[in-house]
Amino acid sequence: MSVALAEPAVVAAVADPHVRLTGVTRVFSRRGSTESVHALGPIDLDLMRGEFFSVVGPSGCGKSTLLDVLAGLAKPTEGTAEFEGRPIDGVPAGVGVVFQEDASFPWLTVEDNVAFGLRRAGVDPAEIARRVDYAIGFVGLRGFVDAYPAQLSGGMRQRVCIARTLVTQPRLILLDEPFGALDQQTRLLMGDELLRLWRETAATVLLITHALDEAAMLSDRVGVMSARPGVFIDIVETGWDAERDSRIVSHPRFGDLTGHLWEKLRTESLKHLRDG
Amino acid sequence: MGRPSFETRPAAAPQDEAERVANHGSQPMTRAGWIRLLVIAAAVAVLEIACRVGWIPVTVVIPPSAMATSLYDIIASGTHWNDILVSLRSVVAAAVIAVLLGFLVGAVIHAFPVVRGAVEPLLASYYAVPTFMFYPVFIILFGVGSGAIIAIAVLLAIVAMISATLTGLDRIPTVLGKTARIMRLGPVERAFRISLPAAMPYLFTGVKLAVAYAFIGVIASEFILSGAGMGYAIAYAYNNFNNREMYGLMLLIVLVVTVVNTALDTVDRRLQARLRR
Repeated sequence: MSVALAEPAVVAAVADPHVRLTGVTRVFSRRGSTESVHALGPIDLDLMRGEFFSVVGPSGCGKSTLLDVLAGLAKPTEGTAEFEGRPIDGVPAGVGVVFQEDASFPWLTVEDNVAFGLRRAGVDPAEIARRVDYAIGFVGLRGFVDAYPAQLSGGMRQRVCIARTLVTQPRLILLDEPFGALDQQTRLLMGDELLRLWRETAATVLLITHALDEAAMLSDRVGVMSARPGVFIDIVETGWDAERDSRIVSHPRFGDLTGHLWEKLRTESLKHLRDG
Repeated sequence: MGRPSFETRPAAAPQDEAERVANHGSQPMTRAGWIRLLVIAAAVAVLEIACRVGWIPVTVVIPPSAMATSLYDIIASGTHWNDILVSLRSVVAAAVIAVLLGFLVGAVIHAFPVVRGAVEPLLASYYAVPTFMFYPVFIILFGVGSGAIIAIAVLLAIVAMISATLTGLDRIPTVLGKTARIMRLGPVERAFRISLPAAMPYLFTGVKLAVAYAFIGVIASEFILSGAGMGYAIAYAYNNFNNREMYGLMLLIVLVVTVVNTALDTVDRRLQARLRR
């Protein structure tokens, strides 16, 4: 079933896919055992340049494995993953990742955290200062440039990580449940910030999340994954306007959309519960 | 790049988050600090009175005030400067060797889980062995003098550093390793720019312990293995029934160790504060 929603957003206008996954499969061999685990795939997926795509699925369905493949942290056992027309082999330039866990460097101030990548790349100091100032301002941490992560709340630290990703001007942003550890209100507000980031950078975004409302609110398309081995059982176009924000949660279609996602996911989540 | 306009549109930082920012400046002495000071002062006062009224004979312990004047005389006369320097030199040498070697051994053990599995139980029971019993071996190897003393102090201090290194390397969050890969850091850059600073609070605890053990090792070894140093000077004063000088030297060691430990502790607390998450 496909929910009849509004016209798809204009963001997917360019025809050539920014990211292309063809028959991507990941099989792990268990440590100390000959038994192997089929974790993911086969996955076929095209992400258009500037698209916001979310992946929802039951726990352990291989969502994070999919992200690892896209980030170049893991190689597909079978199939090919391409970014900007080139096969992904190692971490490609132009990719930024925000993880669920706090990945800020506790020994550096907010400013030094955000500037870290640029300084090692030998970017001109004036340019670093300009980009860091912009990124810190963007995530609303201007009053905290000299603070250390331990002095910040969880949400603020996650914003440090977002700013650190933003300064490198990634063309593909991968987010692995970045707001998973935050409370519901903060998550909605962080979602707004994420949409703002997406619009300003025009980057392609892939968001892994377990929150259906988050996926429904933020995305142009939502991919629903099955229980392990994870494959896409449905890909839903939300049809939201690019200028959307968290207020769309009160839109009548929002309920239909999350309802549809849950309908698809319920059986898979039950499978996960039964099989552990 | 043309996309971000670099105009600033800051998102508002909620008030309660702002309140989380801790006070950077020097903290005034806490209530517990004052009580601690009071307890020490009271203990010194009681000892002073007990010695003055004769509850404790001066042949056993001299009053703290006499210890202080003795310490003043030792420093003013300069008779023991050489001993102080000899001891401090040995402590520094032993601590530096223990820290560097301990870190290296710890890093190697950490890199090989099989070796670690075999060695870790030995490390855990290491401090059950009275290291000082090996002193004849060290005399044979290094002769009487600073070589044997430093060797014993290193032996005493190194395992604390090895254990701290293992803990430190274990505690580096996996996500930082992933971040390093995403940032495309090479193995050397990753070690120096991510792993080392991430493990630093734990490593520094090892440094603090290594220094403390180095002091113990050096001073104690000097009683038996040396012709110079503060430990030797205390033993010499004791053998010559010079109680006043003996207690003056003891007070000196206590003060030096306290100052060194306080300095290391200040750094340690700053590093630990980063871990409060």
